[in-house]
Amino acid sequence: MFGKLTWDAIPLHDPIPLFAAALVLLTIVGVLALVTVKGWWPVLWGDWITSVDHKRIGVMYVVLGLVMLVRGFIDALMMRSQLALAAGHAQGYLPPQHYDQIFSAHGTIMIFFVGMTLMVGLMNFAVPLQIGARDVAFPVLNSVSLWLTAAGVLLVNVSLVVGEFARTGWLAYPPLSELAYSPGVGVDYYLWSLQIAGVGTLLSGINLTTTILKMRAPGMGYGRMPIFTWTALASNLLIIAAFPILTATLGMLLLDRYLGFHFFTNELGGNPMMYINLIWAWGHPEVYILILPAFGIFSEVISTFSGKPLFGYRSMAIATMAICVLSFMVWLHHFFTMGAGADVNAFFGVMTMIIAVPTGVKIFNWVFTLYGGTLRFETPLLWAIGFIVTFVVGGASGVLLAIPPADFVLHNSLFLVAHFHNVIIGGVVFGAFAGYTYWFPKAFGFKLHEGLGKAVFWCWFIGFWLAFLPLYALGLMGATRRMQHYGNTEWQPLMIVAFVGALVILAGVVLTVLQLVVSVRTRERLRDATGDPWGGRSLEWAPRSPPPAWNFTALPQVDGVDTFWEAKRTNGGVLPVAPGEGEHPLEMPKPSALGVVLAFFAFLTGFALVWHIAWLACAGLAGIVLACLVRAWQTEHETEVTAADIAAFEGRGVQA
Amino acid sequence: MNAATTLVAEVEIPISERGPSPRKVIVGYGFWLFLLSDIIVFSALFAAYAVLSGRTADGPRGVQLFHRDKVLIETGCLLASSFACAMMALAIELRHKTFMVLGAALTFALGAAFLWLELSEFAGMIAHGAGPDRSAFLSAFFALVGMHGLHVTLGLCWLVAMMAQVFTLGWRPMVLDRLACFSLFWHALDIVWIGVFTVVYLGAR
Repeated sequence: MFGKLTWDAIPLHDPIPLFAAALVLLTIVGVLALVTVKGWWPVLWGDWITSVDHKRIGVMYVVLGLVMLVRGFIDALMMRSQLALAAGHAQGYLPPQHYDQIFSAHGTIMIFFVGMTLMVGLMNFAVPLQIGARDVAFPVLNSVSLWLTAAGVLLVNVSLVVGEFARTGWLAYPPLSELAYSPGVGVDYYLWSLQIAGVGTLLSGINLTTTILKMRAPGMGYGRMPIFTWTALASNLLIIAAFPILTATLGMLLLDRYLGFHFFTNELGGNPMMYINLIWAWGHPEVYILILPAFGIFSEVISTFSGKPLFGYRSMAIATMAICVLSFMVWLHHFFTMGAGADVNAFFGVMTMIIAVPTGVKIFNWVFTLYGGTLRFETPLLWAIGFIVTFVVGGASGVLLAIPPADFVLHNSLFLVAHFHNVIIGGVVFGAFAGYTYWFPKAFGFKLHEGLGKAVFWCWFIGFWLAFLPLYALGLMGATRRMQHYGNTEWQPLMIVAFVGALVILAGVVLTVLQLVVSVRTRERLRDATGDPWGGRSLEWAPRSPPPAWNFTALPQVDGVDTFWEAKRTNGGVLPVAPGEGEHPLEMPKPSALGVVLAFFAFLTGFALVWHIAWLACAGLAGIVLACLVRAWQTEHETEVTAADIAAFEGRGVQA
Repeated sequence: MNAATTLVAEVEIPISERGPSPRKVIVGYGFWLFLLSDIIVFSALFAAYAVLSGRTADGPRGVQLFHRDKVLIETGCLLASSFACAMMALAIELRHKTFMVLGAALTFALGAAFLWLELSEFAGMIAHGAGPDRSAFLSAFFALVGMHGLHVTLGLCWLVAMMAQVFTLGWRPMVLDRLACFSLFWHALDIVWIGVFTVVYLGAR
């Protein structure tokens, strides 16, 4: 009846997961109770959960990403505290089978459900506004993408309470992840949650690419797209080209585990190294999927807060597209030690150094934009400058690792761990925080608290260096990644410094929450009535904040890179209107429950497959098919925005 | 700006600067991108097949298992099904329901014949102990060819749903867009099959 699922799956005997589970359940019940008591359900359902407005979907992605950042960060704290303790004869407080789940969950969550979610959210929010569009190309599909991602998130978190998570590391290398060596449900949770969320990401990539290529405002040729839109285009093209490889690869591992196939097994001709090649053919583009939008955010922030057009706009766009192509030619540098031979390793080593060139071009462009600018050191610019400093070091350690002989020494050491945290925290996380601070007033009509924002930055910046510089040293001293305990007590002082760094970052995480609470409570003082709180240059700053559901009452006519900046200089900030615009009532898509319904059934299917509950899997699939059929026969997809609605919005804006 | 200058301006504006595309173009473009991503799924399976095709683990090899004459008939069915699908698209252009149903029925019948031949090939192989769990080569074979078969199956279901849509909802733009997407999908499966036929069956060792 319930497949492999029994009461043993609930960790009643294990205090740490049980406590964590109880805390999460209490929080969820508390939030649901609050929503019920306050009577927020109609608003939550009608205006958010079923919303197909790209701005609200973007906000929900970012909320999901920030919540998962806390979850992934708790994992990080547990690892750092364990390693601060477990030296010599001390074993720390986390047994190996639990520690292995923690580092696997940490990596999986931070890449798929924090990095991806935050970046997709920011792109969703900002791109249609930047290109002067009223929504994305497929608004309902956008909601489906969001909720499928949420279903993947839910599945990962359920594994905390029911059963276990993978103990294989975040990429689940075979043969360890095969049934013979991981007979539990952990790897199955990993695989199904990534398959479900991966479909969401792919659909989102198709959606945003179509939006950027087919829905730009009149006059916005490719040479006039804001740089963030360029990087979003590159990132989404990479999603379309790379995520199917992930889906296929994880699919093959699923066939191995469920139907006895031999793609990656040790027996009957299977080839585990093929998995590692395939997964990195997705995995290396993936790091650029994450970092390119961050590059775009920094470009916008640096140009805005320097009061100058971006230095080298064309070279920035070309460098972005060059990275987009080159990112598919370096995957083997993740496993030089595979033994592919000197020629192959040399090729991939050289390619890796070549891909650093367009990145270097970008760094110089940012520095030259800052040079001679009228700098305003507000929070987003702090993140951007902190990024330049941090990322250059991370990039340099990456080029070092690109030299195969050096990599043979440093492979899978803490030096590598320090390197990729150096680029991912310094690049993606700093970028996400810069974008969050930068576009927050556009989404809600008031700024985030500036002083607390700066405190958040300094905690992350100092905490990052404290936490990861020791890891470079420890890596050179021979400490490997993914170890639960070490014998060499000389490493312990550096491990303790790294733990202190993690505590400083913890202060940054706490301050982020505090900043949000304080900002919401004092929002009247932080309110921005202009819609352009930073002196922005691109189109998203033209409408009032928050913009109406339809973004632009009349589509603008674009005639340069910084159309809004020009309009402010020459025309009091009123955008030129495209011919034939601004007279008619508009058609906007209706809210739809399709996304959340599909995600519900996808979650059921995934959960059922993890536990081999056949009837529930069939029911889940039937639900998916039925929901699609119901949607296919709905004919009223749009609702009219009347002239009265538009006037009402414009009027409200005047009063505020 | 009077009407004449607007006309001149429209002629001179580059395509990239003409503003948002019509709905039909956006839908088609998005579906093309989806098809490209789908083809990348297949390319990963092709890559796996190329790596594993020699890894038979002392089990049966391709030349011992495949009947090229049967596969040729199978291929003929699928290509003819695409031809029928193109005829259906012409009938849709003319808004001619009878011809459309004829085209769709032929598309469906040929597609189903393809599927039946494929499944009987699979069943025969499994009956002779050459199932996907026998060797890495057979794992890769069943995954690649089976994935294509799964697409054909979904396509057949989609076709039935589309006929029901035309008869209940009529020639709405929404329905016409979906019919156009179905055509693209069905032809894309042909392209993939040409690859399968060449690499798997003609290339069998």
